Amino acid sequence: MTIFTTDTQNGIARVVFDLPGESVNKITAEVRNELEPLLSQLRGDANVRAVVFMSGKKDNFIAGADIDEFVRLKSSDEALQLVRGGQQLVNRFGQLDKPVVAAIHGACLGGGLETVLACAYRVATNHPKTQLGLPEVQLGIIPAAGGCQRLPRLIGVRAALDIILAGKVVPARKAHRLGIVNELVHRAILEEIAMKAARKLAEGWKPRQRKGGLASALLDKNPLGRRVVFATAEKQVRNKTGGHYPAPLAALDAIRHGLRHGIDAGLDREAKHFAELGVGEVSRKLVQIFFATTAMKKDTGVEGPAPEVQTVRNLTVVGAGFMGAGIGGTAVLRAGVDTRLRDTNLDRVKSGVDTARKILKDRLKRRRLTKYEHRRLDALVSGGTDWSGLGRSDLVVEAVFEDIDVKHQVFRELETQVSDCCVLASNTSTIPIARIAEVTRHPGRVIGMHFFSPVEKMPLLEVIVTDQTEPWVTATSVDFGRRMGKTVIVVADHPGFWVNRILSPYLNEAGRMVKEGVPIEDIDRSMKRFGFPVGPITLLDEVGLDVAQKASLVMHEAFGDRLTPIDGLVRMIDDNRLGRKNGRGFYRYDKGKRKGVDPSVYEVFNVDARPVPDGDIEKRLVFAMLNEAARAVEEDVVRSPRDGDIGAIFGIGYPPFLGGPLRQLDDLSAGHAVDALERLSQAYGERFAPTPVLRQMADSNLRFYPNS
Amino acid sequence: MKDVPAVDLARRTTVELVHRLNLNGDLVDEMYFGQVVPSVLTPNIAREVSLLPQFPTSIPAASVNRACASANSAIAHGADQIRNGYARVVIAGGAESLSNVPILHSKRFSETLVALSKARTLSQRLKLVAGIRPRDLVPVAPAIAEPSTGESMGQSAEKMAKENGISREDQDIFALRSHRLAAAGTEDGRVAAEIAPFFRARGEPVSTDNGIRTDSTLEKMAQLRPAFDRKYGTVTAANSSPLTDGASAVLLMSEDAAQSLGYTPLAFIRSYAVAALDPGDQLLMGPAYAVPKALDRAGLTWRELGLVEMHEAFAAQVLSNIQAFESKKWAEERLGRSEAVGQVSRDTLNVMGGSLAIGHPFGATGGRITLTLANEMVRRDVQFGLISVCAQGGMGFAMVLERR
Repeated sequence: MTIFTTDTQNGIARVVFDLPGESVNKITAEVRNELEPLLSQLRGDANVRAVVFMSGKKDNFIAGADIDEFVRLKSSDEALQLVRGGQQLVNRFGQLDKPVVAAIHGACLGGGLETVLACAYRVATNHPKTQLGLPEVQLGIIPAAGGCQRLPRLIGVRAALDIILAGKVVPARKAHRLGIVNELVHRAILEEIAMKAARKLAEGWKPRQRKGGLASALLDKNPLGRRVVFATAEKQVRNKTGGHYPAPLAALDAIRHGLRHGIDAGLDREAKHFAELGVGEVSRKLVQIFFATTAMKKDTGVEGPAPEVQTVRNLTVVGAGFMGAGIGGTAVLRAGVDTRLRDTNLDRVKSGVDTARKILKDRLKRRRLTKYEHRRLDALVSGGTDWSGLGRSDLVVEAVFEDIDVKHQVFRELETQVSDCCVLASNTSTIPIARIAEVTRHPGRVIGMHFFSPVEKMPLLEVIVTDQTEPWVTATSVDFGRRMGKTVIVVADHPGFWVNRILSPYLNEAGRMVKEGVPIEDIDRSMKRFGFPVGPITLLDEVGLDVAQKASLVMHEAFGDRLTPIDGLVRMIDDNRLGRKNGRGFYRYDKGKRKGVDPSVYEVFNVDARPVPDGDIEKRLVFAMLNEAARAVEEDVVRSPRDGDIGAIFGIGYPPFLGGPLRQLDDLSAGHAVDALERLSQAYGERFAPTPVLRQMADSNLRFYPNS
Repeated sequence: MKDVPAVDLARRTTVELVHRLNLNGDLVDEMYFGQVVPSVLTPNIAREVSLLPQFPTSIPAASVNRACASANSAIAHGADQIRNGYARVVIAGGAESLSNVPILHSKRFSETLVALSKARTLSQRLKLVAGIRPRDLVPVAPAIAEPSTGESMGQSAEKMAKENGISREDQDIFALRSHRLAAAGTEDGRVAAEIAPFFRARGEPVSTDNGIRTDSTLEKMAQLRPAFDRKYGTVTAANSSPLTDGASAVLLMSEDAAQSLGYTPLAFIRSYAVAALDPGDQLLMGPAYAVPKALDRAGLTWRELGLVEMHEAFAAQVLSNIQAFESKKWAEERLGRSEAVGQVSRDTLNVMGGSLAIGHPFGATGGRITLTLANEMVRRDVQFGLISVCAQGGMGFAMVLERR
């Protein structure tokens, strides 16, 4: 196998990296094995005065280290061996007795970036595909092939921390601004400029070093300043991770150690941390999520052979409220489709059009869009009060008021106007799709597309299929959801679908605790500590108490006593407390800013707040959700445990380091979960009775994920 | 609407056309748009429209300037391309933002700026800057005057009123009629149906014309002072068209294309004609020359016309042209014809009002008139209809529409 091809002209060796059979370059064992002798040979070759290192792939430089190899690691020792090998290889790049110039086009990530950091000079293309970064911490590990050492030395501690601790990937332009690459050029002249630089370096040229300015002198280069920088960063990391993710802190330590004790000591520290993290539970979970989302990107959403997908070009959104406008604006921004917003009067249409345009405008302001891209996308938003544009639409998403009669009228009217190959979707969160489809002549093209608010930020989309939904309709909706940048799960048309189904008992339980007098702060704090981004009471305020109440009634009707709504919620709504949206909820709000818990809430619930043992708060909330998740899986609400876990993580913010509710049940073991539920059931009521499937799993020692 | 440049008006209008007609943008072969006062930043407004994301980037587009008949000329060009077999589907229209006219620097100041951009040294630059005089900084606004005679539009209308004996009262009566008919059309939804609501960044959605006066009376109009001849004049703000912002777009197709794509045409283009006269003569009499030409080309006489849409720049101009159409003497002297062009019936003339009430965004007006005529022809089941437009430079445009 030839991975590297080398040719030498006028004393400059050109090394082209092109991993056979792959669309991207990655650093595998074979790559390392072939690179070793190649470097030795270059070292010994007197005809070679400098080296240009480049990729043979179309739009990729090096995507990173081989993740499969990393997943196979069994022990810390194996991990240590792997990382030491990587470090040595990168070191040899840097310690070659002749300058190496990296010519970078396409993604240059992880180990790829660490490799080029060891080169003498880096030229990159100013192409949108060219991105550089160290995303390791997102997989629960750290850059350990010298990245924690070389990046801060190259661009300063602050900028390096910014990239490494968040696992950031930056576009070429920013990489150039930061000083990661020396030159930015057009793709057509990349090789020529790299060659020129190599020749100059061979002749002893010293490229100018960037000077950092005053802030850099104070904070990056001065030990005292650095101490401040590290202390601040550490505090931020602890705040952000809640102590659940060890990788950013480990990276911080490796960087600090290296700067204090020299690069070799730093490398040792990198290796040590990597060896521990690489086989740690958090990394395993994050890698599983990575694999799951990667696999889901290729999932058509239906079983069996892939049906013909209709590529949506024109979209109509019926109902230009906040949700409809969010769907429209996100569709324009991410999928670039022509989007028509329809509502019953011009003022509502205008407000929807404004909201959708604001999504684009915000991107322009944050420089995520150029002026010209913005102008193009802005022209894709339009609206009206009639059905114009409907005849050319490939997809209609209904986002009108949650009322079956209103929805029926909309779908009846829609069907008289649309073409035969138009998909009709509803964004309902509480009404069964099959009931909506009842009034249509072609129920096979009716589907649910349940977005979460705010649409442009929330990463999950539930696509809801009925027994009648045709496969091409499902595949088209899944494909479009993905083009909108969403992670898509296909779920069954059961009340609450997946996300609201597992959320419902959890929120009910939280409400019940308020009624018992458990301090609201304790409830929210407990779940934040568990790893949720916000606690359940905060979530209720964010969602809106009226919305939550409506949903909980639907769930109660469908599932009976187990999901009895909190009666206090009605009293909260009667007291004109709708949550953040009207500035009155469980918490107080001042000009949109949240203040503390509103103590008068306890009066509404007619109770005095009193602390209770902490442990039970967490157990009651978490097991309410876990039990329901197991039950819903048994009912085939989701197509696989994978979809269920990803749905919970992206839809509710279920702690990623736990891998999702079903992973967690596996980790706990069904037996342990049954025991815990039984104890809760005795202490707090029948609703905690373990679902039959969990008992069966406990009896037969089964798992949701049999193989891992 | 002063925040909105003409090009954006044209783009939004065209997006609305795409949606209302459920048009697949890939089918469009060419675009023509009229604009009279182009922005130096987007000199070819039509190309900016054809670069809308609703269309492939491969649609060639040209901007047309035949003054107030620009959109008409754009439509005529499109029709010609189709008739020649060079295109099957064309979008044509026009746009103007008269609250966005370019204000120029003085000639001396512009020259200094150009020289500055070429200057190499600091001393050269300083010398140039030092040469700027305060009076050079006074901006120059473009006037609506004939470059060949220096006479403004209003002065021309004033002259026509005097020479043709059009009284102040007749002008006011005609203008009032325009407002009343436009108000009625707005009331019953016919005018509104032709308007694409515009959503500005700030403020209410715009879905009606703001020039139409529902409360005007002859008494009130009589109180206005003449605008162009303070002492003996008859042309006032009330009997002249307001200069406004707007855009228009129409979809043109060959009969085959319409059939195969399932579109029912509102009307067919039967003929058109343009004419020009000495601007030093009666500047806005162009229609009186263009109309008989267009009728001849259509093989029709005035009597066969069921509806007529005359662009109303000034009441004096419309009434002067009507006088010419109806005059045997004028026909003999000016056209060498033995018969008058035709007798104009008020029942079929500008039945939804005209530019006097609705306003006159130069480059856009022709598209509005064409659409109004076609829609009314359908509503009244009329076979032939006529458009006439007067234009700067002593030009006239006429087009005959037909329903089959």
